[in-house]
Amino acid sequence: MRVTFTVNGERMTADDVWPGESLLYVLRERLGLPGSKNACEQGECGSCTVYLDGVTVCSCMVAAGQCEGREVGTVEGLADDHSEGSERRLCAVQEAFAEAGAVQCGFCTPGLLVQADDLISRTAGAGRGVPEDPEIREALAGNLCRCTGYEKIIDAVRTAARREHEQVGQEAP
Amino acid sequence: MEFLSPATWEEALAAKSAHPDAVPIMGGTDVMVELNFDQHRPSALLDLTRVAELAEWGPDGSRVRLGAGVSYTTIIQRLGKHAPALAQAARTVASPQIRNRGTVGGNLGGASPAGDSHPPLLAADAVIELASVHGVRHVAAREFYLGPRRTARRDDELIAAVLLPERAGPQHFCKIGTRNAMVIAVASFCVTLDAATRTAGTGIGSAGPTPLRAVAAEEFLTAEFDWQGAGPLSEAAVRHFGELVASAARPIDDVRGSADYRKHALSVMARRALSWSVTDYRKGEAQCA
Repeated sequence: MRVTFTVNGERMTADDVWPGESLLYVLRERLGLPGSKNACEQGECGSCTVYLDGVTVCSCMVAAGQCEGREVGTVEGLADDHSEGSERRLCAVQEAFAEAGAVQCGFCTPGLLVQADDLISRTAGAGRGVPEDPEIREALAGNLCRCTGYEKIIDAVRTAARREHEQVGQEAP
Repeated sequence: MEFLSPATWEEALAAKSAHPDAVPIMGGTDVMVELNFDQHRPSALLDLTRVAELAEWGPDGSRVRLGAGVSYTTIIQRLGKHAPALAQAARTVASPQIRNRGTVGGNLGGASPAGDSHPPLLAADAVIELASVHGVRHVAAREFYLGPRRTARRDDELIAAVLLPERAGPQHFCKIGTRNAMVIAVASFCVTLDAATRTAGTGIGSAGPTPLRAVAAEEFLTAEFDWQGAGPLSEAAVRHFGELVASAARPIDDVRGSADYRKHALSVMARRALSWSVTDYRKGEAQCA
């Protein structure tokens, strides 16, 4: 079957999709977007987290056909400008992850970035202030990392949220 | 394999009638695991995410009608007042990503004895609305679960909604597992105190071939509790309630826990959930509910 949907603002079509195929598989194997990682294929690890119509989901648990006409956002879309030739500016969460050393092997990173980006946009980005640690931990509870012990990841999310909060504060009238 | 994508409820019922073997898929959090691991290869997937009314909820006479496709995230955000135990159970489901997709309808369709929705639905005496091209019928949650992953739903039927009686008292849900997030329950328990009917309800999860009620525990509590004066329950009564709940369970030993552990955990959870509920009741929550 053919599936057409918007990925990171761009309309994309995948052909010959098997009806039981996951969104993750289509992104990685048919649309050339390998940022979302394939690990557990059962929603346990969060490394395939993407936005689907504005909420975060495990893309391994979405049938590709369910995405027809919908909007998907992947880790590739987090950076501000990903057009060719442009100076790729990382988003706040990506910057903070790099600074804090929140990345080791990197396999869980794409899912954590999308999930953290969602948390920050719903909290600091929405004028709700910097989330406390329990809220950060709960938001990231479905993203497994086997390298870092999570401390650096939490540090990075806290830093990114604080910056977002300050920026939102400056933008406010 | 076919991918059926009805845009309306009528189309969905027609599709299910024409393809009784089709597996309905909403959030996909169970169905896709089976497909990804090639455990199950259905003749067709019936995608229900485009049927808008499945994701709706609202008052329905004296009850709350919860569309089968309402996500756990929405239940947590919006139904805490109407269905506190179900909202508590929803909070314990997996992770935010899964709660954004998973639905009570899917939990009922899969009918795993470990499903987190089941104990609150049993305890609150919820009703499942089933529909087919031949019409709509209502089945009490207490009569819905027939065996491991077997329910009263017929092959040509889809789960339309859950009808939750208006809450008239405290409700509490407990679940035990190895961590707070991302766990399938080792055992779970729910208790409700209904001041209007002066009855207690219970639900047990992950400790039997189906979700279960602890009927003897309900009868004991219904008779023992001071519904009028809201006097405290004796320690002995609370303990006895826990024992009755544990003895209603029919658990097995498996990778998540032993049968003995499950029974013990249930007796502890039952005591705690009851104590919290009695405290709420005594605070007068029953009157303002």
